[in-house]
Amino acid sequence: MVSQPVIRAENLDLTFQTNDGPVHALKGVDLTINKGDFVSFIGPSGCGKTTFLRVVAALEHPTGGSISVAGMSPDEARRKRMYGYVFQAAGLYPWRTIRGNIKLPLEIMGMPRDEQEERVERVLALVDLKGFGKKYPWQLSGGMQQRASIARALAFDAEILLMDEPFGALDEIVRDHLNEQLLKLWAATDKTIGFVTHSIPEAVYLSTRIVVMSPRPGRITDVIENPLPRERPLDIRDTPEFLEVAHRVREGLRAGHAYDD
Amino acid sequence: MKSVLPILTVVAAIVVMWYAAAIGMNVKWAREQAARQGVELGFTELVADTWSQDRPRLPAPHQVLEELWNSTGAKILAGKTWSKRSLIYHGWITLSATLAGFAIGSLAGILLAVGIVHNKAMDMSVMPWAIASQTIPILAIAPMIIVVLNSIGIQGLIPKAIISAYLSFFPVVVGMVKGLRAPGREQLDLLKTYNASGAQTFWKLRLPASVPYLFTSLKIGMAASLVGAIVGELPTGAIRGLGARMLTGSYYGQTIQIWSALFAAAILAAGLVGIIGMIEKLMLRRMGVRT
Repeated sequence: MVSQPVIRAENLDLTFQTNDGPVHALKGVDLTINKGDFVSFIGPSGCGKTTFLRVVAALEHPTGGSISVAGMSPDEARRKRMYGYVFQAAGLYPWRTIRGNIKLPLEIMGMPRDEQEERVERVLALVDLKGFGKKYPWQLSGGMQQRASIARALAFDAEILLMDEPFGALDEIVRDHLNEQLLKLWAATDKTIGFVTHSIPEAVYLSTRIVVMSPRPGRITDVIENPLPRERPLDIRDTPEFLEVAHRVREGLRAGHAYDD
Repeated sequence: MKSVLPILTVVAAIVVMWYAAAIGMNVKWAREQAARQGVELGFTELVADTWSQDRPRLPAPHQVLEELWNSTGAKILAGKTWSKRSLIYHGWITLSATLAGFAIGSLAGILLAVGIVHNKAMDMSVMPWAIASQTIPILAIAPMIIVVLNSIGIQGLIPKAIISAYLSFFPVVVGMVKGLRAPGREQLDLLKTYNASGAQTFWKLRLPASVPYLFTSLKIGMAASLVGAIVGELPTGAIRGLGARMLTGSYYGQTIQIWSALFAAAILAAGLVGIIGMIEKLMLRRMGVRT
């Protein structure tokens, strides 16, 4: 299988002008993400991992370099609804049921009603929330809400899934469970996933590649190919291979951080 | 039901203080009257007198209630619901102006808020004027509105409704602007990733998010509308409406009449605000809010 580049960034710069002077959120970022990749971005706060994801989503605009998403500019890709974005907060509308929330993007895209219903059923099953469609968000736990927000991002079958610390606010046990589910989901749908995280085990467990970033200016310090097989039971995290990759990530983070101490 | 006892306790305390105050306020007149007639009043007689004068400085609660009943329930029983002495008649005059003004004011408030949120120029220009409009005493503006409109042949309900609207649009503007801006950056970004249009953002996110703010504003707006309608009845020496009742009451020293009109207005306001509260509850329940 020849891997096709889906996201390609070359020498990407993004500088925010603030009252305290310019902030270099991204500097000289080169990265290619291929179709079907699961790429994690890891690094301390301010390293630009979220900013990079937002640039891919055309929510921020780079001040230098070039980036293409599925062969187009990010803004064109946004207009063509090429990606689903999952934010750190589930951000479900409290006045809509889970079903209504998942329908939201479908309504906006003007899909026929019966197709909406059919898609809602399908993604509810995909995130293991069958039978919860009629509940309101406040009736669900935090983990279930986040699953609903992932279902919402999956509902319109975008090729790319961009996830910005989706499990950051959840406890370890729930997070493990959701990580496992996310891997299954990825295997089932073969989507390209960009995933921002703070957690080394999470990054190593989930991804095919791990992008290590460091702040001031936000840049990529290391890109680690993950040698683990695609099939990953939870206890793979106790194997020497896993620990070795985790060690490399930690080293990369430390190297990028050294001048800070 | 738990809240009934504290409420009754407070009401009882107010009634007690009121009766005590009525003694204090009316005792001078009672003494003077007694002295003029050369009679000596005992304590109980004195108290009884302060609670039953025709034109007391401060009427006792039972006098006000009696007047309220005489000018409402008793009129209905006598088949004179719409007589000039009926508070139902006067209340309806004021109520109709209040409702018309509330409708105009709320609609104007909502439209202005939508404009402010979606249009930069309106955002910069409208709010200062809206605030300035509320710093002008309504008592100063009301006569001018009535006189100007009267000179072009408009009188009766419309001028009062306009004064009501003038008072009630403001809380609606402020509340709706806050409500329409309630959605955070992530929620707006989410819709951007769906490439949603401005209209879709408005109908699917901003408007539903503003509903709780809207109802809070509508309650304030409704109370303000009633005040506006009553104020609108004062300057022209109107002969109809609760404001007119208060005015004629004050001309002739009919304190009981003033107080009963005052109570009628308060009951009306409580009823109107209560109705909005009920609609709010139903609406929020339909929107899945935890109850």
